[in-house]
Amino acid sequence: MDNIAGTKSSLTWAVHISVVLLVIIWLVPTVGLMVSSFRDRDQITASGWWLSPLPVTQNFAVKAEGDPVERDGLFVLEGNVFGEGSGTVSEFGGRRAAPTEFAIGETGALTRDRTLTVQADGSYVYTSPAEIKRAPSIYFASETPPEFSLINYEQIFNSNGMDRAFINTLTVTIPATIIPILIAAFAAYALAWMEFPGRGLLIAMVVGLLVVPLQLALVPMLKLHNAMGVGQSFLGIWMAHTGFGLPLAIYLLRNYMVGLPRDIIESAKVDGATDFQVFTKIVLPLSFPALASFAIFQFLWTWNDLLVAKVFLPSNSESWVMTVKIADDLLGSRGGDWGILAAAAFVSIAVPLIVFFTMQRYLVRGLLAGSVK
Amino acid sequence: MSPIIQGLLTIVIGVGGCIGYFYASNLILDKVIFPVQAKNPGRNINRANMVRPWLFLFPAMFALSLYLLYPVVGSFWRSLFNRSGEEFIGLGNYASLAADSTFQTAFLNNLLWMLVVPAASTFLGLLVAQLTDRIRWGNIAKSLIFMPMAISFVGASLIWKFVYANNPDIGLINALRFFFGASEPLDVLQLRFWNNFFLMAILIWIQTGFAMVILSAALRGIPEETIEAAIIDGANPFEIFFKIKVPQIMGTIVVVWTTITILVLKVFDIVYTMTGGNFGTEILPSYMMSYMFRDDGRATAVAFVIMLIVLPVMIWNIRQARQEMR
Repeated sequence: MDNIAGTKSSLTWAVHISVVLLVIIWLVPTVGLMVSSFRDRDQITASGWWLSPLPVTQNFAVKAEGDPVERDGLFVLEGNVFGEGSGTVSEFGGRRAAPTEFAIGETGALTRDRTLTVQADGSYVYTSPAEIKRAPSIYFASETPPEFSLINYEQIFNSNGMDRAFINTLTVTIPATIIPILIAAFAAYALAWMEFPGRGLLIAMVVGLLVVPLQLALVPMLKLHNAMGVGQSFLGIWMAHTGFGLPLAIYLLRNYMVGLPRDIIESAKVDGATDFQVFTKIVLPLSFPALASFAIFQFLWTWNDLLVAKVFLPSNSESWVMTVKIADDLLGSRGGDWGILAAAAFVSIAVPLIVFFTMQRYLVRGLLAGSVK
Repeated sequence: MSPIIQGLLTIVIGVGGCIGYFYASNLILDKVIFPVQAKNPGRNINRANMVRPWLFLFPAMFALSLYLLYPVVGSFWRSLFNRSGEEFIGLGNYASLAADSTFQTAFLNNLLWMLVVPAASTFLGLLVAQLTDRIRWGNIAKSLIFMPMAISFVGASLIWKFVYANNPDIGLINALRFFFGASEPLDVLQLRFWNNFFLMAILIWIQTGFAMVILSAALRGIPEETIEAAIIDGANPFEIFFKIKVPQIMGTIVVVWTTITILVLKVFDIVYTMTGGNFGTEILPSYMMSYMFRDDGRATAVAFVIMLIVLPVMIWNIRQARQEMR
């Protein structure tokens, strides 16, 4: 817009560079998570994900099995750390505390006059002045090629119960998205196109309720649910999400419906259409963009919600949704298992991302209708 | 009953029930209560039309009153009672909150969040909106910066847990520090006071896209003549931005700012997943959750404090809406 008058800004290159930088900063964390989720679990902690296409130097430990032979008064144990396989050793050691203290080919002195030598190809010689009763441990560092696999995903689905959580999330989300739309659409039509005393007051109330913090509703509503016999259940969370989603739904839909051309609605009424017919046959189909916008909002909101799920769903693992599963279970019990965490997080954000990228147009439209006035 | 079947059943009952309710109630109104075929068809139609709005509104208004209006009163009432809910203690919960040092920390942290997050998100959003407005691949850039909006707060926290990780082979922050010569890893989430800002960064990362989308639309809505005139008068790009564009979209900037401010007061997920409120990072919503299920009196008192902070914004919003309707 700045070069309307025919001047091309000399800052263009600076603009390009700064936008590229901003986009990179915004993307890097997510890309990191995605890459990590496909990496081998030991490799994640051995090298940064930004180095993941390169070979990784990892530490290994093997037991030196085999029959010691007595030679020159020493007991000698020979073999290869890779067993039948092959590889390249870069450093080695004889203690867990210092797995890489010796360089290749060096004769490493261990306690009680024992020695250990490992060559680059993995062959080792272990000597001890006393008889070797237990197989000693050999620690070494070796480069392994980068490994990408779906193992983390397999694990969270097969043994961590993420499949259950995924289905639970879906179960919470779909009714909680569909039901408020219908209820809100009727109310929005009444607020937009029907004349009755108190209309302005009701609109003001909806606007006010838009910002009421959810936190207020938690204790009283849970109590009410318990009193009604709904308790902590899927039915309860559907009702809660419906209630909490209504102000935005009514607000968005009313704003959209008010903008529909008056002529169409009035001529339909002149032709004898009842309000019910005007609503179902004219207003509802015309409001599709607004309905889609709200559906996306509500879908993202219920899918991503942690607070309502923690309060209105039972706290047993059967009914955990994915956010609760990640926040309360995986982060707690598997705090250090980065591969699992990355895969679980990626599963939970995959569906919203797909929705986001395919329906972005409606999302943007909804945001604008809800905020810019 | 498996939750999936229960879910499908709920959709059918919910949707069917809604349609059935609206259809049947309209039918009854028109055919039974005020029939057109009766003695006074005109009077009956008018009466029916007076009742009809309330038929349309009833389910929504009922749910709204139950889930949002009643809790305002219900929570306040409950906050006047003690932990078990049996003994009336007046403002006792509020008094013990005020004396609790964790609450004070949470309150101050929340003020900090309310200052920093909206300011940073709006500023960055405006910056991105303005920068991408001029370049050809601007829409792709916008869509990528907007993307975190779709990610849950829990997911976003996990993403950033990787960035902040102590291990320099996982955490980018520590990797960068090692690259520039540090030798000891630093857990930024345990860094007193500053850890708050590392948590805020997550919400800023999410909300910048929101601010950008709305401000970008507002920027596009500025009449071109004003900018053209400024260019002819010899204004440089910075002057155009700060003196011509920003003043014209000030209203939208305020809306974005307040929307994010409200959001800050509701988000407990980030603190909950990242630090659990430890290391001096507690904020009001997470502080409330730590009392939820343990001491309802306390929990509702905290919720009501949040409500009191939101109240000015609510009143301002309602005023705006009423002005528009006139």
